[in-house]
Parts: sequence; structure tokens; C-alpha cells
Amino acid sequence: MGAALARAAQWTAAGSGTGTLEITPLNESLLNQIVKFAEDFSTRHPQEAAFVFREPLEWKTQLGCSAFGEGYEIDEATVQSEAKGEDGQPLLLLTASNIKVRNFDQLSHLLQINVDKKLKEAQACLEANRDPIVKILGPEYGTVEGEDTSMLRLLEKMKEDDDPQTEMKMKIAILLHQLDMQLLNSSLKHISQDVRLNPAAVNNEVNLLKNFSGKGEDTVLESLEYTSDYTFSNGCRAPPWRQVHGEICYLIIKPHDTDPLCITCSTAGVFLNGGKDEIDYERKSDVYKDIVTFLRERSPKFVENMANKMSDMFEEVSESSSETDEDEEQPVRHQEGSTDLPSEYWGIQKLAKYLRGGNPTATVIALCAMRDFNLAQETCQLAIRDIGCLEVLINLLDTEEIKCQIGSLKILKEISQNILIRHAIVDLEGLQIMVKILDSPDTDLKCLAAETIANVARFKRARSTVRHYGGIKRLVGLLDCTSVRSTALIPYQAKDTEKARCGALALWSCSKSTKNKEAIRKAGGIPLLAKWLKSSHVDILTPVVGILQECASEPSYRLAIRTEGMIENLVKNLSSEHEELQMHCASAIFKCAEDKETRDLVRQHGGLQPLSVLLNNSENKKLLAAVTGAIWKCAISAENVSKFHEYKVTEALVGLLTDQPEEVLVNIVGALGECCQEPVNRSIIRKCGGIPPLVKLLTGTNQALLVNVTKAVGACATEPENMMIIDRLDGVRLLWSLLKNPNADVQANAAWAICPCIENAKDAGEMVRSFVGGLELIVNLLKSKNKEVLASVCAAITNIAKDEENLAVITDHGVVPLLSKLVNTNNDKLRHHLADAISHCCMWGNNRVTFGENKAVAPLVHYLKSNDPLVHRATAQALYQLSEDPSNCITMHENGVVKLLLAMVGSTDETLQEAAAGCIANIRRLALATEKAKYG
Amino acid sequence: MSKKRLQQLVESLSRSAKHFNRGEVECLIRLFDTLMSASHSRFAAVGFDRNVFLDTLHRDFGMTDDVLMDRVFRTFDRGNDNCISVVEWVEGLSVFLRGTLEERIKYCFEVYDLNGDGYISREEMFQMLKNSLLKQPSEEDPDEGIKDLVDIALKKMDHDHDGKLSFADFEEAVKNENLLLEAFGPCLPDVKVHQPSVKKNISSYYF
Repeated sequence: MGAALARAAQWTAAGSGTGTLEITPLNESLLNQIVKFAEDFSTRHPQEAAFVFREPLEWKTQLGCSAFGEGYEIDEATVQSEAKGEDGQPLLLLTASNIKVRNFDQLSHLLQINVDKKLKEAQACLEANRDPIVKILGPEYGTVEGEDTSMLRLLEKMKEDDDPQTEMKMKIAILLHQLDMQLLNSSLKHISQDVRLNPAAVNNEVNLLKNFSGKGEDTVLESLEYTSDYTFSNGCRAPPWRQVHGEICYLIIKPHDTDPLCITCSTAGVFLNGGKDEIDYERKSDVYKDIVTFLRERSPKFVENMANKMSDMFEEVSESSSETDEDEEQPVRHQEGSTDLPSEYWGIQKLAKYLRGGNPTATVIALCAMRDFNLAQETCQLAIRDIGCLEVLINLLDTEEIKCQIGSLKILKEISQNILIRHAIVDLEGLQIMVKILDSPDTDLKCLAAETIANVARFKRARSTVRHYGGIKRLVGLLDCTSVRSTALIPYQAKDTEKARCGALALWSCSKSTKNKEAIRKAGGIPLLAKWLKSSHVDILTPVVGILQECASEPSYRLAIRTEGMIENLVKNLSSEHEELQMHCASAIFKCAEDKETRDLVRQHGGLQPLSVLLNNSENKKLLAAVTGAIWKCAISAENVSKFHEYKVTEALVGLLTDQPEEVLVNIVGALGECCQEPVNRSIIRKCGGIPPLVKLLTGTNQALLVNVTKAVGACATEPENMMIIDRLDGVRLLWSLLKNPNADVQANAAWAICPCIENAKDAGEMVRSFVGGLELIVNLLKSKNKEVLASVCAAITNIAKDEENLAVITDHGVVPLLSKLVNTNNDKLRHHLADAISHCCMWGNNRVTFGENKAVAPLVHYLKSNDPLVHRATAQALYQLSEDPSNCITMHENGVVKLLLAMVGSTDETLQEAAAGCIANIRRLALATEKAKYG
Repeated sequence: MSKKRLQQLVESLSRSAKHFNRGEVECLIRLFDTLMSASHSRFAAVGFDRNVFLDTLHRDFGMTDDVLMDRVFRTFDRGNDNCISVVEWVEGLSVFLRGTLEERIKYCFEVYDLNGDGYISREEMFQMLKNSLLKQPSEEDPDEGIKDLVDIALKKMDHDHDGKLSFADFEEAVKNENLLLEAFGPCLPDVKVHQPSVKKNISSYYF
């Protein structure tokens, strides 16, 4: 275990010497394995267990004398084992909190009697004995960093003498070596992620990020700077005495949404250090493989803006590459002659000649002949661009010759499937002319122009060009079918549908820009979309629903979709035969069902059943993502949850929990979380075996998924039977670890989830204590700036404080002043849970007095003026607790509490009534006593 | 013309020229009379002559190609008597302005089949396309480009590979690609011609 502990375990201190093991999932799993090894040692290897260590393992234990029973002599604060070594010394000796253990028998026994704090004990032991093998077997067995020759040395020794002691040592050494291998293997996954960084890689990454940083909303970071300008010849910026630890440089990063981060880039990876004003080298976080991965965990804004930058960059890259293709490669091609060029190239060039130098008749012949080439092929597409034919085609659009315009558009429509051609068309200002053509009286021409725009407007610049030249208004015009005359209705209707279809296709491409969504709305597009949504042709429905689901990101559209009666048709088309259409309908409902009225409409129009049915089609992942998303949002309404229960949706969702892409999982778990509103679904999740996969998801890294998983696990934990499973799977520990997640929503949901866990777990107090450093962690979250995090942590603290021992610990961690700091808030949710936490924290020591000293009492009195009955109840209870201290009574009285409480005594809420009365009684009693003392 | 005879004419023409209603037929007859008075033909009683017709094509439909204008006249002049009678006028315009695709394919093929032998030959194409290319001084033989263009057109439309276009070839090509209807030059009214003066006249029957 030497190698595993030295290399794999994550120690806080960067250097050697004493350090502390952090609570990380990796360390916890290592510790668990070590504990299991030591605990079983005496039964599995009884002979070796009797072997007396070269030196005792010595550490500070939390174990009291009372824990030891038979086999030990207890004398006040000293315990010694009856079993003695050859030298007459006890094999276990406990003096005060200092413990010495000299063989595995005692070690096993110690762990066995220490049922609840094994992990903590093992941690303390390993922290105090950084190389336990040396103590157990002697320095010759020590782990030499970089090589492991202990086995060889042992063999040599075996040859030298056949002392039974040596054989025993060898056996123990082998056992320890096996454990070491096992530990290393289990941590291999973590270790394999340790991509080793070097100065050049760090520098590249820093430069890349610097390009995207600066002032403004859309940058990925506000700034990122090295702490030192000086670079050593090896490329490192860290001082030489830190370079020996593998450290390369230090950075100060200012994200948009968190405090500045001081990080260390080392050969092992990137991590947060303790620096604020100057560098504190101690590691404060997990190690990440690079800066971007680190920031992804820390800054949601970074993730969002990075994604935008990447997509922009892709467009830019493809754009610039199209230019270099033309400028650099084309002349070379000409010189090389026909050998390298495909035959299509020459054919197209010949036709291009007649496009340039012919009258309209010759031009049309050439255009028609050109369409005989395979225009879907990139060779032909690029040939058209490279020989300058694209310009001619665009120029033809600007003529008055309808036949030439149509012929040209038929070609442009095909070749604009190619991204390079799209960019070239925009560069040649082709979109402007196409937008102009939308005014033409010829329907065929208009349709072709719209279809081509639909292809070209697939990137940002193209989309804004369409808008700037008035294209959106004209395209919306194509959806308008006032031209329908009473005569010859049928052919005109078909033409109208075709025109609308082409217009909708173009608008669909354009609707990916927020400004275009607005422009479509302003051009009166919404009622027209609503009208076409009633159609039964899938050709027109698909783009129309496509636009709607794209635009449903905007509140104005969501409102319109609801009020213009579009939900009914969206629901209807959920049962279409076309999966793409079904998907867009489900997506639209997904986005719209954020609003309660919409959720009700989906139910009233019978949309919940088709959604449930679509869960069976789990092969089409895009469809599944949209459907599970729609179910998730619809399930926010309790009435819908009952309907879903009828359709056995919970069962189906649990069945889908494994082997799904993350975007689907986020929605499935979100839906399960909402379904848990109804208690019966919580048992269904258990009965269908849903709890283990949910708990397993707590170890993931996707923030959106974690937000939902924590909520779902928390909802499940409200059932004691579920809680048993969660406890067995160590789910509470995982939830607790998530309190360290940088995302505030994850933190808050984890804290909310912890509350029912503590309420429903057996021996909750012990469980909470077993989380090494856990109580300190949660108390420190009271420093968060996020109201939801604060409220959730207060609720968790309320539950933690129900255990007296834990209350003592959190008191030591300063929970009272931290809670007191929060009292000046207007947020009723926070007030409610804060008052609860205060009233529970009053139950220990001097806490009542301390709350008074920290000026928490007066603001609490004012909570009684809130409109929230939950705040009243919690506050009255807190005041009742605080009123046990006379000086608090005086403060309350000065702040006019009696009048406010008297009103509460008349409340129908009995708890509130009692608390209010109790508080008043305490104040009165004090007053009487004072009177008595004065006049007595 | 007597009222009764006019009524009879309108009656029969609105049956044979099925794309016009009675009112429209009446207007076209009146237009015919106007054109008649402009004609200096000796056969004034039968119809108006070629010059008046070509004039109308040029003025109202912007046609300029002499070869094709002559062929349009020949196609209208079913009686082959070098003048357009009132029946030829109204029935011809019915196809010219409002013909179905099939009617127009047939009409265009007749126009392009210069010698009326049922085929559009390589030579006929050359004849019709000879002015379609701008003179390019770099070309050694200015006809080379035209021949090339004829080859391109044949390759596109000659489905039975006999080196000339039969009506079946032409019909199939146009049905696949409507743009080829006027492949060898304009012989139908153009949408873009919407001058006010025309609106009052013939073009108002076109939509």
C-alpha cells in the first residue's frame, strides 16, 4: 500500500511530511479497501496477525476508553491490552487520546470495535504514519519512490537465512504488496486520467484562452494572468524549489461568475491552490488534466461561452479555409493541367463559357446541361466555385430573365448543401439578390429563392444578412396565402402550400438567431405559423413545428403558442407517422411546458398519453431526448403526474436509466424527480430497481444531470425503505461530496437532498459523523452568496442539529456566528429555514447567549411581520428558544416582540400558538423577577 | 359585321379557343378588326397580313428574332395563305397566351421545326442559335462555339440518339425540365413584359 498511498492518494500538503487526506471519492475508496484489509487480517491470517511490528503505529484516536471491553485493562484514561509482546510491553496502549498498536490482531480488533468511525480512524492512522510498512516491517521494506524492489530484496534475504521470523515478514510483505496492487488497480482509472502536462502545453492553452478573454459578456473569462513574468530556461515560471514538486506555473483566473481562482499548473495537472494575495502552494481541489477541464467544473458561464466560441470558431475556420483554397490551390491546379483534375472540371468550365458569353437562350441551354452533372458531389460544387462560375450564377439572379434566374437557382440550391459554397455565396452577396427575388411575381422563382436561402442561412453571418436586407419579412410573406381566390381553388391551394413550405424552410434556418425570432414575430409570423400548424401535410408541418420549437426559447412565443391554440395541434402531431415531426413537437412542448397553463393544456388535449407511448421508441435518441424532456416539464404539475402514473411512466423511465446519452439522462432523471411528488412513485422507483442507478449517477460530472439527480435522490429518500437502500449504497456520502461541487444549483439540491436522508436514516447522527470533515464543510457553505444554497444548508443544519453530538461539533465550527450573519435577509424561504436552524442550534451550551451577542435576535423579531406563515412558525419557535436567555428577552422586548407575538397566540397553527405563548411567558417571568428584585 | 354574325362567331370561337370566355373572344375580335384596318392587304376581307402580325409580336411581346417571328406567323397561319384570319387569330392566341404545357410544347416544336419535316435538325438548331453567342475575337472559328452549343443541346435532348430532335424527344426533354420549352429562342410571351399599353391589349389575357 506504500506505492498506492504515495502516488494515488490525494494529500492536501503538496510536499512530504505530515499532510491530511482529503475527502475525495478516490481517497474514500482507498481507505475503505485498507480498512477492510486490516479488519479481516486477524481472521484470514491468524499467524501473521500475531507478528509484532518493528515499531508501533501511533496516532491520535477518537476512541474512548469505554469502547474497550474484554481483553483490556482499563485504568482511568489508560487502556492496555492483556496480550503482551515478548518484551512484556502491551500490544495496544491507549493513553489519553494517544494510541499505539503493535500487531495486526490488535489493529483488526480495534477496527471491529470501532463500528462507526473506522474510516476516520484509518485516516488518522495513515496521516500519522505516512509509510506504515516501514513501521511494521522495518526500514528495509520502505517504499522507494520510483522503484519497487522490495520483493527482490526479500528474496535475497530468504536465500541468506532461513529464520522463521524472516519468512513471516516476507509473508506479511507479500500480503501488503498484494493490497498495494489492488489499491493501485482500483485507482488506475483516476491515475490514467493524469495526463502529464508540460510548460509548452500550458502556455498554448493559456494563449488560447487569452484570445477569448477580456471585458464583455460573451468572453469566456474576464482575465487570466500568470503570477510571474519571468520564465526559466526550461519554460517553467514556478520558482526552482517548487519545480522539484513538478509545478510549472501559477495563474490567477477571473471567471465571469465566481471569485478569482488561483491555480497551480503542475506536471500532474491543474488544481486550485490556497493563494489569494500571494501564492499558497497547498492544493485545495482535485487535479484536472488541463485548465479548460478545471474551469468547466468551476464556472458555468465559462462552459456556456466556450461552447459559443467554439461554434463561432468553426464557422470562421471554414470560412478562412475557403479563401485559402481559392487563393492558393487554384493556380497550382491550373498549372498541373488535366492530369490531376476530374473530368467534371473541364465539362463545367466549357458550360461556364456559354453562361458568360451567351444570350438568354444559350444561357438556359448551358444551365440545363450543367444540372446533368452530379451537383451533390463536392468535386462539382468546388469546380463551380473555383472556375468563377458561382459569380456568374449569382449575376444571373440579378437579370430580368426569369428563365435564367430559375436555372441558376436550381443549381445554387443544390450546391449550397456544401458549407464552403454557402460561405462563398454570402461573400459574393448572393443572399441580398435572393431576398430581392422574394418580391418576384413568379411563384416558382420565389420558392427556389426561399429554398436556397434555407440552405445558405445555416451560419450566423448569413442569418443576419437575410434579416438586414428585409428577408424575414418577405419570407413571412410567403406563409401568407391571401392570394387564394374563390375560383380554381385546388391548384392554387397546392401552390400556396408549396410557397409556404419553402418560406418555412428558410425561416427555420433563420430562426436559430434570437434577433430573427424577434423579427419573425414582428413581421406577423406567429398567426401564420398557427394557421399552417393546422395543416395535415407533413412537408409543411415539419418546418413549421421546427420554427416553433426553435423560437419557443423566447417567452413571447411560448405565450403565443399557448394562447393561439397551438398546443392542441402540437399534441395531435405527437402521433404523426414521421419521427422528425414527432421530435419537433415534443421539443416544442418541452420548452413551452415551463409554464403551468401550457402543462394543463397538454393534459387537456390528451398529450400525456402519446408522450408516454413514445417512451417505447428508445432507439431514436434525439426523439427520446425531446420526449423525456417534455415529460419532465409536464410532470411539474401534480395533475399530470397522476396521469403519468396511469400510463406507468415511472416504470418506463426507470427502465431507461441505463445506457443513455447524457442529454437523455438529464431529462429522464428530471422527470423521475418530478414524478416523486406522488409518494406512490417513490415506491415504484424502488420496486423497479431505480435507486441503485440513480445513486450511481451521483458520481457523474455533468452539472445539469447532477442538479436533477440530487433532486431525485432527495425525493426518494423521503421513504424510509428507499433510504435503507440509499444508505447501503453510501448515497449520503456521495450527496455530501457534491456539496463541494462548484455549481450552486448542485450544492443547493445536494443540501436539500441531505435533509430527508438525515430524517430517515437509522443512526443518522453516527452516519453524519462518519463523513470525515463533512460537518465543517457544510457549516462553511453558510458563507455562500447564493440564497437557495443558504436556505438548503440551513435546512440541513436544522436536521444535523437534532443530534446533540453533531450540534456540539458544528458549534465548534462556528455555526452560530455564521447563522447570525445571515439574519438580515428579506428572502422568506431563507428566513424560514434560517429561523428553524437557529431554534435547533439553541439547544447546545451557550449558543442562545452567543446568538444574542451576535445580534441575531432583533432582526428575527421583525420576521414576524412577514406574510409567510411558515416564517411565522419557525421564527416564533426560534424566539421561544432564544427567550430562555434573559438578555435576549430584553432585546426582544425592546423590539416590540410582545405585541407581535400576542397576535400569533390567536393563530390556528398550534405549534405557532405554543411557541408564541412560551416566548411571552418567558419574557413575563423575567419581568416579574426583575420587579421582585427591585421591590421585593 | 352584322350583330348576328358576330354572335355566331363568338359562339363558335369560345368553343374552339377554350381558354377564352365569350367576353374575351369578343374583345379579341374587336382587336382583330383594329389590326385589319391597319393592314394594306388586298385580301382584307380574309385577314391581316404578315407585316401587321410581326409588328404586333414586336410591339406587344418584345420579340426581335426575325427567323422565329416568321415561324410564329407560319404557325398561326394554319391556312397557309399568308394572312391571319379571325379564327386563326383567336385560336392561335388561345395557345400562345394560355396554352397548357402540352399545347405549348406542340406549338414550340412547330415553331422550331423550320422546314416542317417533323424534326428539329442540327442545321435548324444552328440556324436558330447562330446569334446566341457574343462574338469572341479569341475564337478562331466563330461558328465553333455555336456548333458546340448545338452539341450540348442535342446531348441534353436527343434521347434516341439519332442526331435530331423528334417531337417525342422534345416533349420528354421539356417535361423533365420546363426551362427547355423555349430552348431555341423566345416564341412565347414573357412574364416580364408588362408595359401599360400592352395591358390594355393582348397581354391582359395572359396570366
